[in-house]
Amino acid sequence: MASGNGTSGGGTLLLGTTKGAFLARARGGDGAGDGGGAGDGGWDLDGPHFPGEEVYAMAYDDRAGRSRLWAAPHNPFWGTTLRFSDDFGATWSGKAERSVKFPEDSGLSLKRIWQIQPGSAREPEVIRLGVEPACLFISRDAGERWEAVDGLLNHPHRERWHAGAGGLCLHTLITDGEPGGRATIAISAGGAYRSDDGGATWAARNNGVRADFLPDKHPEFGQCVHKIVHHPSNPARLFLQNHWGLYRSDDWGDSWTDIANGVPSDFGFAMAMHPGDADTVYIVPLESDGFRCTPEAKLRVYRTRDGGASWEALTEGLPQRNAYETVLRDALATLAPGQVFFGTRSGKVYASRDDGTSWRLVCEGLPPVVCVKACAPRKA
Amino acid sequence: MPSSGTPAGGVVRVTLPAALTEFTGGRAVVEIPGAPASVGDILAGLGAAHPGVRDRLVTERGDLRPHVNIFVDGENIRFLGGLNAPVRDGAEVVVLPAVSGG
Repeated sequence: MASGNGTSGGGTLLLGTTKGAFLARARGGDGAGDGGGAGDGGWDLDGPHFPGEEVYAMAYDDRAGRSRLWAAPHNPFWGTTLRFSDDFGATWSGKAERSVKFPEDSGLSLKRIWQIQPGSAREPEVIRLGVEPACLFISRDAGERWEAVDGLLNHPHRERWHAGAGGLCLHTLITDGEPGGRATIAISAGGAYRSDDGGATWAARNNGVRADFLPDKHPEFGQCVHKIVHHPSNPARLFLQNHWGLYRSDDWGDSWTDIANGVPSDFGFAMAMHPGDADTVYIVPLESDGFRCTPEAKLRVYRTRDGGASWEALTEGLPQRNAYETVLRDALATLAPGQVFFGTRSGKVYASRDDGTSWRLVCEGLPPVVCVKACAPRKA
Repeated sequence: MPSSGTPAGGVVRVTLPAALTEFTGGRAVVEIPGAPASVGDILAGLGAAHPGVRDRLVTERGDLRPHVNIFVDGENIRFLGGLNAPVRDGAEVVVLPAVSGG
C-alpha cells in the first residue's frame, strides 16, 4: 500500500472484523519518510463501521489522485455490499451504488467478498475482487462497474472445487502488474491457478503442493491454499502457506518446493511479504487443522530472511504463556519500510516497527479480526 | 443391491482418519463384509462392528455430516449419489475430514 512522499505521516490500519470495521490511526509519527507513524504515541480507534456486519475485505486506493477506502461488509440478513469512502470513513457510499452480481445464467450468487485489490500503478483504473463462491471480478473504471472474469466463472474445474467451513472462496490474487499480463489466484479449496493472458484462461499450478484431506495427496487441483505472496522485484518467486504445507516456487508456480524448515507447524493461514526485501516473509503457524491455535500456547510470528531456507521465531512483546490465538489469512500485513501488523480471532491487534523483531499491542477487545490492511494515507 | 441385513460375500476395506481409530482398537483400516452394497450399507456394517463410529460420520437423521468426506475408489461420494453410491466387492473406502477454510 501507499508510502513515501505525499503521505500524511500517520499510518492507518484497516481492521475488518466479524462485527464491523475499525480504523486504527497512529498518534503522532516518526517524521517524514518513514511511511507513516508506527504508533509509538499510541493509536486512536475509530468504529465500528458497518456494525454487526462481517468485513473480510478492505483496501486503500491512492492511485490517480484518489484517497479512497474500500470495504465489503457482509450482512447476515441482507447480503454483501461493496462500499467506498473518500473522506476516510466519515461517510460511506450507499448500499446500491456499486453492485457486484454474478450473471443470472451462471446459477451463482454472491456470498462474500474476500479480497479487494487495486491494480498496479500501470493500470490505475483497475480493481479486482476475489469472491465467494470462488470467482474473480474486475472493474476497469475504478470500481464503477464490475464483471465476473469469464475464464474462472466458466472454468471446467469449477464443479470439482469444494468448500470447507470458511466457504468456497477466491481469497488471493497476485499479478505481474502489467495490463493483460500474468496473474495467480488461490482458491480454498481449489488450489492455485495461473493466467498468462490477462485472465482469459487459467491453468492449475499445484505441482508439489499437498492435499492431506484427499485420497490422492498430490492432485492436479483441489488443494486448500491459504495464502500466496510475492515481491514485485522478484515476481516469479512465490511463497505459499497451505492447509498443511509451506512452499516456495521460483517459476511462477510451475513447481513448488517445501520450505517448512524449522517451524513448529506447517499449518497456518496468514503470510505476508516484507515490503522492501524479497527474501523476507512472515507467517504465524498454527498447531493443526484440528486445533487452530498457536503451538505451545505461545504467540509467535515466524520470519525468514533467506527465502525460506530458515525461519526464526519473533516473540518480543508477544505473550508466551496461555496464548491460544489464531491469525487468519488476511490478518497479517506489512507497510514500508519495516512495519508489520496482525490481528487475532480474540480481537487483539499488534504492531511492529522493526521488521517484526519486537511488538506492541495496538488494541484489544475487538470482535474477531479477519482482515488487517496497512496504509499511509495521502494528505488531504 | 443387498440391504445391510443380507450381507453378500464381498469385503470392503475402509480407511479411517486417526481421530476415529479409538472406535476400532487403534486400527486405521478395517474390513467390512457385505459388498456389493451402498455406502450407507457399509457404514451400517461399520457401525455394527465398531459401535460409535457411525454416529461420528452421520447425523441422527442419517445424513452425512457436513465436514466429512467419503471416497469410494478415489472418488468423492457426492459425485456418486451420496450414501446411495454403490460399493463393489474389493472397493477401497476412505473417510477423511473435509478441508475447512477460515
